[in-house]
Amino acid sequence: MNKKTAVRFAILASSSMWPMLLSSCSRGVLNPQGPVGADERVILFDATAIMLAVVIPVIVCTLAFAWWFRSHNKRAQRRPDWEYSGRIEFITWSIPAMIVLFLGGIAWIGSHDLDPPKPLAGGTKPVEIEVVSLDWKWLFIYPQEQVAAVNELVIPVNTPVRFRLTSGSVMNSFFVPQLGSQIYTMAGMTTQLNLLASHEGTFSGISAQFSGDGFSDMTFDVRAVPLEEYQAWLASTRTDSKNLDANRYAQLAGPSRHDEPVTFGQVTPGLFESIVHNHGAPNGLSPSPAPAGGKPL
Amino acid sequence: MFGNLTLDAIPLNEPIPLATVCVLIIGIVSILSLVTLKGWWPYLWREWITSTDHKRIGVMYVILALVMLLRGFSDAIMMRAQLALAAGHAAGYLPPEHYNQIFSAHGTIMIFFVGMTFVIGLMNFVLPLQLGVRDVAFPVLNSVSFWLTAAGVLLVNVSLGVGEFARTGWLAYPPLSELAYSPGVGVDYYLWSLQISGLGTLLSGINLTTTILKIRAPGMRYGRMPVFCWTALASNLLIVAAFPILTATFAMLLLDRYLGFHFFTNDGGGNPMMYVNLIWGWGHPEVYILILPAFGVFSEVIATFSGKPLFGYRSMVIATMAICMLSFMVWLHHFFTMGAGANVNAFFGIATMIIAIPTGVKVFNWLFTMYGGSIRFTAPVYWSIGFIVTFVIGGMTGVLMAIPPADFVLHNSLFLIAHFHNVIIGGVIFGVMAGYTYWFPKAFGFRLHEGLGKAVFWCWFLGFYLAFTPLYILGLMGATRRMQHYADPTWQPLMVVALIGAVVIFVGIILTIVQLIVSIRTREQRRDLTGDPWNGRTLEWSISSPPPVWNFSVLPIISGADAFWEAKRRGGIHAAHSPLVPLTVPKNTPLGVFVAFFAVILGFSLIWHIWWLAVLGLLGAIAVCLRHAWRTELENHIPVATIAEHERAHQAQVAGA
Repeated sequence: MNKKTAVRFAILASSSMWPMLLSSCSRGVLNPQGPVGADERVILFDATAIMLAVVIPVIVCTLAFAWWFRSHNKRAQRRPDWEYSGRIEFITWSIPAMIVLFLGGIAWIGSHDLDPPKPLAGGTKPVEIEVVSLDWKWLFIYPQEQVAAVNELVIPVNTPVRFRLTSGSVMNSFFVPQLGSQIYTMAGMTTQLNLLASHEGTFSGISAQFSGDGFSDMTFDVRAVPLEEYQAWLASTRTDSKNLDANRYAQLAGPSRHDEPVTFGQVTPGLFESIVHNHGAPNGLSPSPAPAGGKPL
Repeated sequence: MFGNLTLDAIPLNEPIPLATVCVLIIGIVSILSLVTLKGWWPYLWREWITSTDHKRIGVMYVILALVMLLRGFSDAIMMRAQLALAAGHAAGYLPPEHYNQIFSAHGTIMIFFVGMTFVIGLMNFVLPLQLGVRDVAFPVLNSVSFWLTAAGVLLVNVSLGVGEFARTGWLAYPPLSELAYSPGVGVDYYLWSLQISGLGTLLSGINLTTTILKIRAPGMRYGRMPVFCWTALASNLLIVAAFPILTATFAMLLLDRYLGFHFFTNDGGGNPMMYVNLIWGWGHPEVYILILPAFGVFSEVIATFSGKPLFGYRSMVIATMAICMLSFMVWLHHFFTMGAGANVNAFFGIATMIIAIPTGVKVFNWLFTMYGGSIRFTAPVYWSIGFIVTFVIGGMTGVLMAIPPADFVLHNSLFLIAHFHNVIIGGVIFGVMAGYTYWFPKAFGFRLHEGLGKAVFWCWFLGFYLAFTPLYILGLMGATRRMQHYADPTWQPLMVVALIGAVVIFVGIILTIVQLIVSIRTREQRRDLTGDPWNGRTLEWSISSPPPVWNFSVLPIISGADAFWEAKRRGGIHAAHSPLVPLTVPKNTPLGVFVAFFAVILGFSLIWHIWWLAVLGLLGAIAVCLRHAWRTELENHIPVATIAEHERAHQAQVAGA
């Protein structure tokens, strides 16, 4: 499907059933603030519209057939032995097959276009951020800048952000609904995700994979700010005297809830890798070789 | 002496579980004393507890499922109440430690002990009757299967009062479910109760598969089997293929937890994601184990009440078996967000969508079965039409999430919760309720109250939409599953609507009980004297209601699909009787209930690390099996006179009706 039809479908769908949702979803996935989320919304609308084209007639036919052929209706023509029609069977297999052909195309193209590790288009050099999910907070490491923050993610607007993610504990899922795709964080493995905020603002981020008693408070704010403000934030963070070394990480990694945002002006280089390779514990056992790319096995 | 079990295991300082346990204990004690005072024990023991009759076992499965529906639903309404309260800075009334147990128990109970139990109960009751045979292939094994399921149920409920239940979600993903992160007994309760009941389910699957493949009435070729039998065959094949995966996966997690293995741990070379793959290798077929028999029920109900043969029988069979195969090829769609890569995700997404083709065909065939029919709007028809309308919506949202990039924003959200409740309530629950109403007169000889049955339907139907439409919207608003509280106060109104929906469903469940009581009290007016209350098409309606213990006095000879309908057309199945012969039916045996008793002891002592008791439990279970293997009296003989007397009485009833 080309872009134009896609857009037409999107408009069709949104004009028919979504406006109420849109208005009520100011912080949800239907109000995306970046290209990934926007593309995913188009897919949601397209696929829904294609399927509604069959689902609504089926619902109407169900009610209509049932009502018309009620036993008291004298006008209905009965066909008590009618149980087979090759033509109708051909159609009943064809209609869902056609729909699936369409949707399968969307799925194939969408899976490749929106594959989380795939770099986003755009000339700007991406910002690298390493994400570690802990019990029950998020650690964000800026490896290029050697700073880190807990439970607050500051990113420059209109700049691609390349996330590498792991877990220092159980599995979680890193998700900022308004920016699009979520991805699991798993101890001993690295997953990758590329996102971009095309508007300034504060978006809420969550863990979308249950991770224990403190799970509901594993939220963080994503602040998408202009480049200058981002630079200023980095500069002020660098003046922070706290140093995130292995010891400090070990303290941080223990279970805690409702953690206020904290920043670290210095991070031991290679901390993220050592968390990945030691399966969550930087001072832990020597691990077996870690699976690459988040692939199980 | 008592392993890890101390008095601290009893939640004396937690008012909610304590009160629940007290109410439960009072309830159980009062039922037991009533049974004792009325002197019902010998009857219950003789006719039900030790019964190997597939009809009795089927009924007991359904009763167990209805009781567990109450338990699972009280969990649901507690969760909805918590979320209706816990907006903004409010913490609600359930702390996370307790709330997490509740949603884990809700999922576990609803899938394993309501859905599975109800579906297996219906299959147990109906299959031999539809196949025109006298029992399942292994009647004693059938009793063992049921009691093992009951043992699992008992262990889950013991966790309410002694210790805790899992706080990990209903699939207990590691590493959260590993000893390092879940050191309590909750996960052990989860694992052992499901290992024990899972063994029962597997045995039941083997039993019913064998029954369908090996024993059918003379002339009932595969192409003449009622569609319910086909869907049951598909479902039981899936049980046989999928439940060993579950057992093996749980066994590995148990080895991790008990013996320090590292299958799924973070450290020591374990890989938690292997568990996620394995559990869904069972988990996705499980969905079809539940829904396929429900499809079968709708096929029977729609054909019967339209007064027409099922449209496109062959398509239905092909579609059923296609779903059976495909259900094993889609498990990865439960975790597209693991980062497996575009090709893998796209493959599993498209494979998932392909299941929508045979499913869509089924929906169209039901439509065309109604077309040209003469539809009687009974309660089972209400459930069926409600099902089609609801299920296509659930199917749509499911296919939507089969598109990986769409799943990236919907995964684990309340949208997902709404989707699978949409198909499980709209499909499985509506299906088993239709089947319960449809076959009730066959089981007990009188019909259920029709008006109350329709009221139950409307409560479930409207309640479902009230409870889950808000969840669809909340999911799009970014609300995720399993949260105990949330910051955004704009979500609260929708959460309150969802709570109201749950209350409406609760009224429906209460009305089910009321319907049962009213129907029993007015049963004389609702007698089904002919054995064929709905003008049925399949063999179960050709015999008396309730059927005699031997089902068919003379095995029917089948010459086409819809055997009973054809016979009625030719002027009555009763004319073509060959001479009666004496029959044998298996003797009752307490083997099942004894094995289950020892299984509970084994499970409980393993949970609490009481090793000597575990050894006793295991030896006890083996001993009763060995004792059974050396039994001398195998069968009861039924003389021709008894059979003739039954037939004469039934004919007189039919003539008088």
